[in-house]
Amino acid sequence: MNKLVVSLSPHVHSGDSIAKNMYWVLIALVPALICSFISFGVGALITTAVSVLSCVLCEWFVNKFMMGNDKCTVCDGSAILTGVLLAFNMPSNIAPWIVVIGAFFAIGVVKMTFGGLGGNLFNPALAGRAFLLISFPVQMTTWPTAGQGFDSYLDAETAATPLALMSQAFKGDTAALSQLPSAWDMLIGNTGGCLGEVCALAILLGLVILLAKKVITWHIPVSIIATVFVLSGLLNLIDPLRYADPVLEILSGGLMLGAVFMATDYVTSPMSAKGQLVYGVSIGFLTVIIRTFGAYPEGMSFAILIMNAFTPIINQYCKPKRFGEKPVQK
Amino acid sequence: MKSFKIGGVHPAENKLSAAEPIKVSRLPEVAVYPMGQHIGAPAKPVVNKGDKVKVGTMIAEAGGFVSAPIFSGVSGTVLKIDTVVDASGYAKPAVYIKVEGDDWEESIDRSDKLVTLKEKPELTADEIKDKIKNAGVVGMGGACFPTHVKLCPPPGQVPQWVIINAVECEPYLTADHRLMLEKADEILVGVDLLMKAGNVEKGFIGIEENKPDAIQLLTEKAKASYPKIEIVPLKTKYPQGGEKQLIDAVVGRQVPAPPAIPVNVGAIVQNVGTAFAVYEAVMKNKPLFERVVTVTGKSLAHPSNYLTRMGTPMSLLIEDCGGLPADTGKVIGGGPMMGKALINIDVPICKGSSGVLILNEKEARRGEEQPCIRCAKCVSACPMGLEPYLLATASGKRMWDKVESEDITSCIECGSCQFTCPSHRPLLDNIRMGKQTVMGIIRSRQAK
Amino acid sequence: MNVILNAVIVLGILGLVLAGALYVMSKKFAVEEDPRVGKIADILPGANCGGCGFPGCGGMAAACVKAADAGSLDGLNCPVGGQSTMEAVAAILGMEVGSSSPKLAVVRCNGTCENRPKTVVYDGVRSCRIAHTTCMGETACSYGCLGCGDCVDACQFGAISMNEKTGLPEVDAAKCTACGACAKACPRNIIEIRTVSGDSKDAFVVECVNKDKGAQAMKACAVSCIACKKCENACGSDAVHVEGNVAYINPETCVLCGQCFDACPRGTIVSLSAAGIQRKSVEKSTSKSASSANAQSAAPKAPSKEWKPIEIKYDAALLPSQQVLLAGPKDISNPVPASKDVEFEAKRTDAPLPPSQMILLGLK
Repeated sequence: MNKLVVSLSPHVHSGDSIAKNMYWVLIALVPALICSFISFGVGALITTAVSVLSCVLCEWFVNKFMMGNDKCTVCDGSAILTGVLLAFNMPSNIAPWIVVIGAFFAIGVVKMTFGGLGGNLFNPALAGRAFLLISFPVQMTTWPTAGQGFDSYLDAETAATPLALMSQAFKGDTAALSQLPSAWDMLIGNTGGCLGEVCALAILLGLVILLAKKVITWHIPVSIIATVFVLSGLLNLIDPLRYADPVLEILSGGLMLGAVFMATDYVTSPMSAKGQLVYGVSIGFLTVIIRTFGAYPEGMSFAILIMNAFTPIINQYCKPKRFGEKPVQK
Repeated sequence: MKSFKIGGVHPAENKLSAAEPIKVSRLPEVAVYPMGQHIGAPAKPVVNKGDKVKVGTMIAEAGGFVSAPIFSGVSGTVLKIDTVVDASGYAKPAVYIKVEGDDWEESIDRSDKLVTLKEKPELTADEIKDKIKNAGVVGMGGACFPTHVKLCPPPGQVPQWVIINAVECEPYLTADHRLMLEKADEILVGVDLLMKAGNVEKGFIGIEENKPDAIQLLTEKAKASYPKIEIVPLKTKYPQGGEKQLIDAVVGRQVPAPPAIPVNVGAIVQNVGTAFAVYEAVMKNKPLFERVVTVTGKSLAHPSNYLTRMGTPMSLLIEDCGGLPADTGKVIGGGPMMGKALINIDVPICKGSSGVLILNEKEARRGEEQPCIRCAKCVSACPMGLEPYLLATASGKRMWDKVESEDITSCIECGSCQFTCPSHRPLLDNIRMGKQTVMGIIRSRQAK
Repeated sequence: MNVILNAVIVLGILGLVLAGALYVMSKKFAVEEDPRVGKIADILPGANCGGCGFPGCGGMAAACVKAADAGSLDGLNCPVGGQSTMEAVAAILGMEVGSSSPKLAVVRCNGTCENRPKTVVYDGVRSCRIAHTTCMGETACSYGCLGCGDCVDACQFGAISMNEKTGLPEVDAAKCTACGACAKACPRNIIEIRTVSGDSKDAFVVECVNKDKGAQAMKACAVSCIACKKCENACGSDAVHVEGNVAYINPETCVLCGQCFDACPRGTIVSLSAAGIQRKSVEKSTSKSASSANAQSAAPKAPSKEWKPIEIKYDAALLPSQQVLLAGPKDISNPVPASKDVEFEAKRTDAPLPPSQMILLGLK
């Protein structure tokens, strides 16, 4: 007979694993990728492929040659996920070499220098995007318009995005808001913008998948979207000519993508439900502030990065509700 | 459907032996009785080498108030008083008895006739408590807390309810389920006795909805003759059988953090097996020397439920279920969530042995540990509202002040966190170590 | 030009103001401290191991000054720095220190994979404290070394290392400072901080803490103490006593005659010296008669007082295992199992975390 194995309880496991969670997120991203292909053509696929490939290569390289780790960590899917999310945050007509730089920054600097998976303080994909936005502001903010055919890539025509129009409106251009696309167009992705963010419907479908598979909880996405809706609604009530309709506000830009896929990143979001609500509300608040008063038209990625930095302190103060704390009386 | 409010997980139920009627197991050649079968002081042997004992003879007396006597489940000669490796993995003092025949003490009523409280209205609460105490009845769910101690609340605390734990939330185990189906009347009398002993007016029996036959049977019988006893169906969720979780689920009261105990919110919780043992002890004069044990496992030929005399080695039961499978990796005393892995299979059945579970080689091994990705699944699974990831890491780093301030002492060691962790981290190993250390620190602080 | 000038002026003024502020602060909020404390702290090794019984070297320095003011340095000893450090400390304080005999951490278990066969496999965190709560360990001995290396982690001086072949920790006598951290870390009290004799650190030690009865101990391990009392009878200076089924040699009364070493039928009593551990070669057999017969044949090789000058040189670079190096020819021909037989699979969780993890968990 074999030697008996001895260990402490529990002796069974749910069968959950890091890879399973990562691959479910990837599956939830598939609808958005399909919509992006329909809107922007083959450029969307090329950019995503380049990003994923360079992220995976970078992780493998750092892991093998710089950290001396024999174990392959690529298979857990986190590098692939970072690659997809990074690509989703870029225009589809961006030059591949910029994508490669972004991927190397995201994985090599933001993730691996902190010890790899689980050690990073900031969301690697968003940090990569912020790095590119600062380094290549022109390329990163020239978005192609949707529906130019499936073969459109680097030569795609570009136009102002809904967010840029909103920003112009705030600066006094009263005609800008009237040029906004309809809510329906924004829902189905018939508008300009980053690769993965255009089709709000596909992202909502992803959200449903994530919630159904219990990969994430509702707290972060719902609190972000609700906060933005309420705040921009209030602004809209104050002056409808300067501030856009709250429905358009939540459908535009990277808000949906950020709320569902970026802010919910396990490593950089708070642990307790209470903390997640604080985090979500703060992100929503910062997003509206940056969108309305900031230099950049889009505030989502910066809002999330700022709140990433606050996550440890949120964890410190927002403890889950302990059992039995409530006062006992008959 | 009622359930507890915070956290919880739902492991695969695997109740393989749910349809197996309780069989009476054969007698061993040598029965072994460890002296520490319960929480509290170990019992003191009152027999010597060469003494003759009968079934039901007391072989060890209680070693204090929080303790319980131990009775022989076999008749024969005391072979020696030595040590035996029990479920804890360490050698403990024990009485060995060589089995000769099956000769019972005369005082035990061996008939099947049901005796209800109506037939013996003269029994007082104190008499019942004495009988329970003298019969060595302890909590049969696994914790083995002496039952009479729970029925004597500290001064100033008035119990309102007796809550019977019949949820059997551990996967695989079916002993309580079968007992409810086959001994429903006796259990209800037992609950009645417990209510009288605890001087309470209301009794609840909490049963998880994965045992609909037991819920139906007990509800019908309770409606017919026990209006004070209510059957509460509960949503299937682990760890519903935890004392605090069960009180929360059944009556909606949350026991405050330690050192508070259930009676602080007015509840006395007893296992359904204990209720049956109470019936036998009080009405049949039969001390606690046998219990129902589930012997199960996916690779075992015939998973079964046995009515077993205590002192029987687990190997005998495994033999009767088709023998130890060739691919055995781990043998567990108890259920898979809170049971203890055994270092050999000759460990005797004790008062708290609710099951013997055999896992195969593959199931026995833990998954490869990966870095914590802070997915917060352990936080949402924790039924006590703790942060297992933090407690485990800080315990591993020996930060005792930090873990104490994070309420590590509230941990009930249910294992939900480690069960759910996608990184296969040994969370509970570390938390348990931290909890033990912090408890030690608190005790030495109080001693000063 | 103006810009440069402005910058220089502004920075200059700023520097002056801040320097002034710093000066005022350092004078106003200066903490009065006995200058001797700082001097002594500089002399102390700075390992903050706590071996002296005070919280770190700063605490020790303060205690030394306090004790000197009270008139005596008795009872204060830095186990790390040893006699020379204490003499230097005494010199600063104008005091004298008495001599103290050297001490050494001794692992009192020789339950190698060969001596003590595994009966089960432990699958959990590689931490002795946790393994200790699970069960009696991977072998049939509930007193012996668990081999998870809590002592190795506790050692600040790199003096203990895990021998992968034997699965046991080994103390490097040259590096050991007898601070006691390993003894505290061991959940089974196997490591003893023991007084040893002279610079060569000689001692005879019972390398077993098994309190089981003889027969049980014998079954569990080939080199266990079976409490046969042969050592107790052999000892001419009343230093060896069997208590609770295990022998113990009192270092205070032991005269290092080696009689107990010769008498032990199990090779449990070993001889310690700067060269490492000298074990008697006893044929690995669980039968009592066989072991005692072998004890006699092994007797001529047993060291006496004259043996002390070290003939076998211990070269760490050559062979990692002191046991193999110092064992008799019989043991070398019958080598210890290859390291792959030792299961060290689970990762330790108290390995250092990346700093960012610590921040994220709020564990700074």
